[in-house]
Amino acid sequence: MTTKTYRFSIYRYNPECDVEPYMQDFSFEAPSTDMMLLDAIEHIKVQDETLTFRRSCREGVCGSDGMNINGKNGLACMTHVSGLKQPIVIRPLPGFPVVRDLVVDMTQFYKQYESIQPYLLNDTIAPAVERLQSPKDRAKLDGLYECILCACCSSSCPSFWWNPDKFVGPAGLLWAYRFLADSRDNATQARLGALDDPYSVFRCRSIMNCVQVCPKSLNPTKAIGKIRSMLLKEAV
Amino acid sequence: MAINTYEFDAIIVGGGGAGMRASLQLANSGLKTAVISKVFPTRSHTVCAQGGITVALGNMHPDDWRFHMYDTVKGSDYIGDQDCIEYMCQQAPAAVYELEHMGLPFSRTASGHIYQRPFGGQSVNFGGDQAARTAAAADRTGHALLHTLYQKNLQAKTHFFTEWYALDLIKSTEGGIAGLMAMCIETGEIAHFKSRATILATGGAGRIYESTTNAFINTGDGVGMVIRAGFPVQDMEMWQFHPTGIAGVGVLVTEGCRGEGGYLVNKNGERFMERYAPHVKDLACRDVVARSIAIEIREGRGVKANGVDAVLLKIDQLGADVINSRLPGIRELAITFAHVDPIKDPIPVVPTCHYMMGGIPTTMHGQALTRINDQDHIIPGLYAVGECACVSVHGANRLGGNSLTDLIVFGRAAGIHVENALKKGDLPQQTVDESQIDQALVRVNRWNNNKDGESFHTIRDELKKIMQSDFGVFRDGQYMQPGLDKLDALYARLQNAKINDHSEVFNTTRIEALELDNLMAVARATALSAITRTETRGAHSREDFPDHDDVNWIKHTLYFGTEGKGSIDFRPVNRQPLTVEPFQPKARVY
Amino acid sequence: MLNHVHSVTNLGRSGVADWLIQRVSAVVMAAYLIFITVFFLTHPNVDYTLWSTLFHHTTMRLFSLLCLLALLGHAWVGIWTILTDYLKYPIARGALQSLIILAFIACLAWGIQTLWSV
Repeated sequence: MTTKTYRFSIYRYNPECDVEPYMQDFSFEAPSTDMMLLDAIEHIKVQDETLTFRRSCREGVCGSDGMNINGKNGLACMTHVSGLKQPIVIRPLPGFPVVRDLVVDMTQFYKQYESIQPYLLNDTIAPAVERLQSPKDRAKLDGLYECILCACCSSSCPSFWWNPDKFVGPAGLLWAYRFLADSRDNATQARLGALDDPYSVFRCRSIMNCVQVCPKSLNPTKAIGKIRSMLLKEAV
Repeated sequence: MAINTYEFDAIIVGGGGAGMRASLQLANSGLKTAVISKVFPTRSHTVCAQGGITVALGNMHPDDWRFHMYDTVKGSDYIGDQDCIEYMCQQAPAAVYELEHMGLPFSRTASGHIYQRPFGGQSVNFGGDQAARTAAAADRTGHALLHTLYQKNLQAKTHFFTEWYALDLIKSTEGGIAGLMAMCIETGEIAHFKSRATILATGGAGRIYESTTNAFINTGDGVGMVIRAGFPVQDMEMWQFHPTGIAGVGVLVTEGCRGEGGYLVNKNGERFMERYAPHVKDLACRDVVARSIAIEIREGRGVKANGVDAVLLKIDQLGADVINSRLPGIRELAITFAHVDPIKDPIPVVPTCHYMMGGIPTTMHGQALTRINDQDHIIPGLYAVGECACVSVHGANRLGGNSLTDLIVFGRAAGIHVENALKKGDLPQQTVDESQIDQALVRVNRWNNNKDGESFHTIRDELKKIMQSDFGVFRDGQYMQPGLDKLDALYARLQNAKINDHSEVFNTTRIEALELDNLMAVARATALSAITRTETRGAHSREDFPDHDDVNWIKHTLYFGTEGKGSIDFRPVNRQPLTVEPFQPKARVY
Repeated sequence: MLNHVHSVTNLGRSGVADWLIQRVSAVVMAAYLIFITVFFLTHPNVDYTLWSTLFHHTTMRLFSLLCLLALLGHAWVGIWTILTDYLKYPIARGALQSLIILAFIACLAWGIQTLWSV
């Protein structure tokens, strides 16, 4: 089997011993069959156990291994090494405080997600069976509920970089629309009321970085547009 | 280093479906509840469940929970406890409606009801026609379920200790469990979590095998903790191999593919399941289908894919519309990981370790059990739910779609039981045995201090190889005994192994090493239990004992593991349901 | 809900209002620009008399004032957004905002004076 050399340049920072972050080169020989980036990083971690990153499902569903790969955010487990220019430059998700190496502190991201009340609100008495929902109404949730909270989108959004405490960000807004669009949710007024300030939604400038990087091919910009339309219909 | 103590009414270890269903119950009842999870909760492995949650809602045809019960008992190859199976199947509809009310975005029928698809081993009228009983949210049911539960827990203000790793249980002087020790992954801080009820919901341990559908995090932490605490684990020989993991990668392809009309073919294009299960073909139980695939491959009718022998799963005949609406996630996974678009080409698949039927024995309320002098004893203060528990509803073979049912029904049941017990004062604060705190830190200290031994990677790789070759789909005493001996030798080496990262901040290597201790405990429990059960039943398929032995082996194996060696005991299977007639063992024909 | 941000310096006091102000003001400015362009195209030789006649119409004065208001509103929404994005020190931002508001008031006064002094 033919082998190939894979070269990497990876962001390193351990607060216990590093004064400042630096880039470290790694390389290894491996069969030239296709490999996922996560497999490659796991391989490097056997060489250097101090290399630190998050991972869990390794199939693009849990959202743990979001990172900046050759300048673009993505999930390591769903990125084919063969499609990447070498040396492969890997950095932590931009815009978040770095805890160590590729691990970032996502507190602000989760706070924004929580701020939109990401749960179904319905104050009517639940029936003994399911609440009915037509396939057409259910289809409105497609492209929304699949979000895995990997933060690839929000961390590629300049508006989120500048105002992470006030702009909800693409992921949070995608979830906000997922509940606004749900025929079973009846808190639409309250949800919209909480989003009509100048920051939460309106800091989105529709540059669509989020759409470009979403590993699940979701479209937060479109969802934000829908929220804006709903807000306008309410306001005029 | 001073050790902080955190005190709660109830502590749940694990933020997957079962853990968060239990925590939701408790948080909503106003109890001080904490969830300790080594990953952010929505990264738990429940998120990977695809096909659905099996429940007799009757949305596609008239249905009855008793049919579900019959299928589950039969699927378990008659070593599932019938009272618990009855409870699960009967409670499932209410539990699933609750999920729907919480907002879970189920797929819908034309009339607006929850959509249900056919899955393997399902029938109506006690073994009659194929049923469609698995409620689905496209092929992302686990994802939808886990996010819904996390969201409801946010609303209920459950306290999450995210990225905290549970080290060991703290035994009380009363012989029960008074909480546990855990480590904050981000800072390395070790803390004592004191609680009147500790609910283990740590999931499976599929990472003991080389080829697995399981996430990296499925390392059997709860099972390891219970074994170290001197309590038993049950039916650990029973490991489900999912028939359809993507060849060479291990990524799961849902049984829902076959439920929607897909089927398996060998290299000759033959739909070979017609030979093995003439009646239900590709929708036979998972143990049956996995074995059939293994035989096809062994007899030279497999295809080579990704460097391994495989068979092909064909779903192109369903058409692009069905695939895109019902199986969109599968299409995405197949394109990414198998380089095939299933709308056009078949997916190469191979049986892959998927689910641990065994685990911590519990009552139907989730109370963990031990066995003293042939009597069950409830361990005060300890509960277990989900895959780490063995209630047992899955027996020797779990039905597809029953794992999510198990999580929800028993997560809820344990929550309700703890809630009531705390209110009635049945769960007193136990006295912490201080020596236990030091005991719980022995492992961390060992990994912190070992600096000269061999690498833990070597040991982990060898462990997986042994399990894969000697304790896989087909088993034989002549390979298993040497396999166990190798594991014992490996266990001894593990005590001197080392890690090369001794930092405190987000030291994932240390976590992996601590997880390896648990994988080792699970592997040894599996090995000894598998050697002990000298018959073939469900997923436990022995070439040296190819037949069922209903006279001697309708019983649970119990494994106790202490330092250095394990021992086996047994528990009777409960064959007496609460309200219906018992189902008697008979040959499982599909 | 947790997120609601109160601001006293954004023009419309709500995100929707600001968003709407920017769109409506853009339409006003576009209309004004089209009118002026058409005026120049249809009048190849514009001299002072013609120009001052045009601006003697009250409608034209009001239209011009409206355009000036639209311009200032539009600019304020934009500048406010940029300042809140990039200027993270409240005192500096407040000071700069005050200066710009003064400048805008001056522009407005000057504009009115110009329009009604023709």
